[in-house]
Amino acid sequence: MKNFFQRFPDALIRIGAVFLLFISAVLLVRFIIPSSLKNEKEHVDATIERETSRPVRYAGSDVCADCHEEYRLKKEGYHRNLSCETCHGTAKEHSENPTEIKPVLPKKREACALCHTYNPSRPTGFPQINPVVHNPLKPCITCHNPHDPKPPRVPQECQACHAEIARTKAVSPHVQLECTTCHVVPQQHKITPREVKASIPAERSFCGKCHSKDSANKETPKIDLSVHGEKYLCWQCHYPHMPEVE
Amino acid sequence: MKRRKFIEKSLTLLAQASVLGGIFRNANAEPKDYDASKHYYGMGIQINKCIGCGKCVEACKEENNVPKEPFFFRTWVERYVIKKDNSVVVQNIDSRIERSLEVFAEKDTLRSFFVPKLCNQCENPPCVQVCPVGATFKTADGVILVDANRCIGCRYCIQACPYGARYLNPETGTADKCTFCYHRITKGLLPACVEVCPTQARIFGDVKSNASPLARFRRMNKLHVLKPSLNTEPKVAYADLDGEVR
Repeated sequence: MKNFFQRFPDALIRIGAVFLLFISAVLLVRFIIPSSLKNEKEHVDATIERETSRPVRYAGSDVCADCHEEYRLKKEGYHRNLSCETCHGTAKEHSENPTEIKPVLPKKREACALCHTYNPSRPTGFPQINPVVHNPLKPCITCHNPHDPKPPRVPQECQACHAEIARTKAVSPHVQLECTTCHVVPQQHKITPREVKASIPAERSFCGKCHSKDSANKETPKIDLSVHGEKYLCWQCHYPHMPEVE
Repeated sequence: MKRRKFIEKSLTLLAQASVLGGIFRNANAEPKDYDASKHYYGMGIQINKCIGCGKCVEACKEENNVPKEPFFFRTWVERYVIKKDNSVVVQNIDSRIERSLEVFAEKDTLRSFFVPKLCNQCENPPCVQVCPVGATFKTADGVILVDANRCIGCRYCIQACPYGARYLNPETGTADKCTFCYHRITKGLLPACVEVCPTQARIFGDVKSNASPLARFRRMNKLHVLKPSLNTEPKVAYADLDGEVR
């Protein structure tokens, strides 16, 4: 091999090496580097193609309505805006092969508690319970139908829904007062709580019945309604379920 | 005579060929059922509706093969707790680990809420500007995509994103981020997080459309975006956003 190279002058070998390098560079750019790395449009198209061809796993609840009766029931209840797959998990495969692949059936308490456990960061008005004291260990579905969730019977006491308020009031100076002392509760509020609301006192004189200085009630702290915070309603400063003490 | 016949035949052939060719051209030029230039996507997030259940995070991981470990997210939910001394505590709500985050003393709390976050699909995306190999780009419908074949995993875009929306996928070694579920929205489906959100805290739609849930959301709410001072012009708008949210 060495003899073979010695037959040519040095300069020729060098120029040959440079020439070979050039040829291989051209071949590399032309044939080996994929065109999607060189052409901007091809690279964009190839990526979009790859992204759009990824498999869909959540089918969307319109698909469920085609076969499942429960969908109609759900549409009437409080869960009407809930997608089926929120609780039942991905269903694309199930919709393509309904007999063999089944979506999950969440039957444990944890499944409901995920959304309905009391958490102070949750928006007020969202139905929340404390799973430790709310029928512990009983699966939610023994009393509530998840497709039409509502209390199993019309609640007798306010505490059934307003447990947080009841607990707060229980350690406050207002513990002796019934809820209905201050709130007028229409019967319909127990059935459709968000459509028909209980009243809240709309006049200063209402609190003044006990707290104004000429009140007959001897036990309560008194103020002069004519000079104390005149343009505000009492509950705009004082939280009536836990009025400040001293 | 012979020449006339030849001319006649060749003319008819030409006519036939041009008709056939026209048909084939039309078949090829038939537009695909999805035209990216006709859409421009955006998202709305109503903070007062988010209950922090983490279903969106779960669904996103399921749909997009995001690693299940608790530090890889395309979308995530933060809990803000603002204390009476004005200190702010931010926690990442993760559905898969330790749900019952340390219960804070409600008495010290001024206000508390959840903030879902994801890639803002910026109008002026810093991540696209910094990519040294041009692997990430904005599509005609306004979504920022990453070409996993071109990405070299240098993490520069992860550093550049002011919203922390990108992560390095340990399985591919490339940068990954929310694509608004590009494979779903191009088929007319909703992104997985929007599909499963139980309270409709997330609203997805076309900015160009005059009648869509997003159009209504943008009309009915006072909107704000994250870090507007950076001029990234996010396409994810927040309603009821607190000033402490960064």
